[in-house]
Amino acid sequence: MEPQTLPVPTPFEKKLKAASLCPFVSKDIVTLQINVGKRCTLRCKHCHVEAGPGRTEMMERSTFEKCLTAAAGPSITTIDITGGAPEMNPHVEWFLDSAAQLGKRLIVRTNLVILLDKEYEPFVDVYVRNRVELAASLPHWKAEKCDRQRGEGAFDKIVGVIRMLNGRGYGREGSELVLDLVHNPMGSFLPGPQAALEREYKAELATVHGITFNKLFCLANSPVGRFKEYLATNGTYEEYMATLERAFNSCAAENAMCRTMLSIGWDGAIYDCDFNQMLSLRVDHGAPNRIEKFDLRVLRQRRIVLDDHCYACTAGQGSSCQGATGTPASVSA
Amino acid sequence: MAHQYYESADLADFPNIGECARDQGKAFFDYYGCSTTAGKLTDREKSLIALAVAHTEHCPYCIDAYTTKCLSLGLTSDEMMEAVHVGASMVAGAVLAHATQMRKIIRNNEM
Repeated sequence: MEPQTLPVPTPFEKKLKAASLCPFVSKDIVTLQINVGKRCTLRCKHCHVEAGPGRTEMMERSTFEKCLTAAAGPSITTIDITGGAPEMNPHVEWFLDSAAQLGKRLIVRTNLVILLDKEYEPFVDVYVRNRVELAASLPHWKAEKCDRQRGEGAFDKIVGVIRMLNGRGYGREGSELVLDLVHNPMGSFLPGPQAALEREYKAELATVHGITFNKLFCLANSPVGRFKEYLATNGTYEEYMATLERAFNSCAAENAMCRTMLSIGWDGAIYDCDFNQMLSLRVDHGAPNRIEKFDLRVLRQRRIVLDDHCYACTAGQGSSCQGATGTPASVSA
Repeated sequence: MAHQYYESADLADFPNIGECARDQGKAFFDYYGCSTTAGKLTDREKSLIALAVAHTEHCPYCIDAYTTKCLSLGLTSDEMMEAVHVGASMVAGAVLAHATQMRKIIRNNEM
């Protein structure tokens, strides 16, 4: 018998074909995710956007206005603002006040730490008055592990901000102000069961730190950006891809987020998701790829652009900006 | 390339052992599945037990699988190492408890 080597991943589209999921097309557009820029106060190791203080890309007012028009589309129920740190874009406050008039679910993905800054602290009022749901990355419930990914001292600052937000009604039982946390693994392995991790987070954060939140979203690390660099440096890229392929779950693929969302880049380009955005893979197959040409009727039926990084969204319990998407396949030793 | 008996890639073949003796394979995986997922004990507790047993049974595949699972569940290195010490001390204790047999025989046979 020949010695085995780690297999090269089967092309993702071929895997979908085997699962009778091709052509892989949009089901509808329910979520419009808008990346308003890559500038951020932090420079986290896991950030697929490679955001940081040195980045200058920032959405302009005219692009926001076109996004607002697009977001009014009847099938769109959720407007999801991400970055970078969205608070650093000077047009975001205006946009949130305007978008709130549409009466749709509004989400901002914030790093939380920025709300300690006097310049950005007033955003808490903006969020409260517009009933904005907050989603924030907290990789672990222990400071040491969290700080390894998000930077020295980040955990204590995040806990302080959550305490303040709890005081304003965020993340409290019975309150309509929603604070969700996002977990991603601290290395080249998949996240554990979302419900189990949520229990651990809630118990530890309430008992040790006296803070609360609503839901935990578990995300698998996508092999793009800084995480891909880490895998390459560590010599574990192929092994990680093999892990993702072995864990392929057709139920998670069926429910992949790209089938119900669109992602708008800071410059108005249109993508199937934020990861494709990072890889400059715009929507294709005849669908309009600029916000100026936004056409909901065509886009909601588009064929999705795929590549091997898509395995991260279909592995195990599935992964999306709203957490797990499928029932995990049975675990093998 | 030197042939190795234990290779990490072999772990991927484990779910396929039921290709032969299918009934027994299915029975094992059903049992394995319900025994190792959360019940009265949490995923975390069961994974730490499995990790300790993986070490006492010297199974490199199980050590690989359950170290990764413990990491996935957010367990720290200290917590995992404590579980391994439980396994190690149980093995040591089981060996030493047999010294009572030795002592009994000595007592019975020595003048």
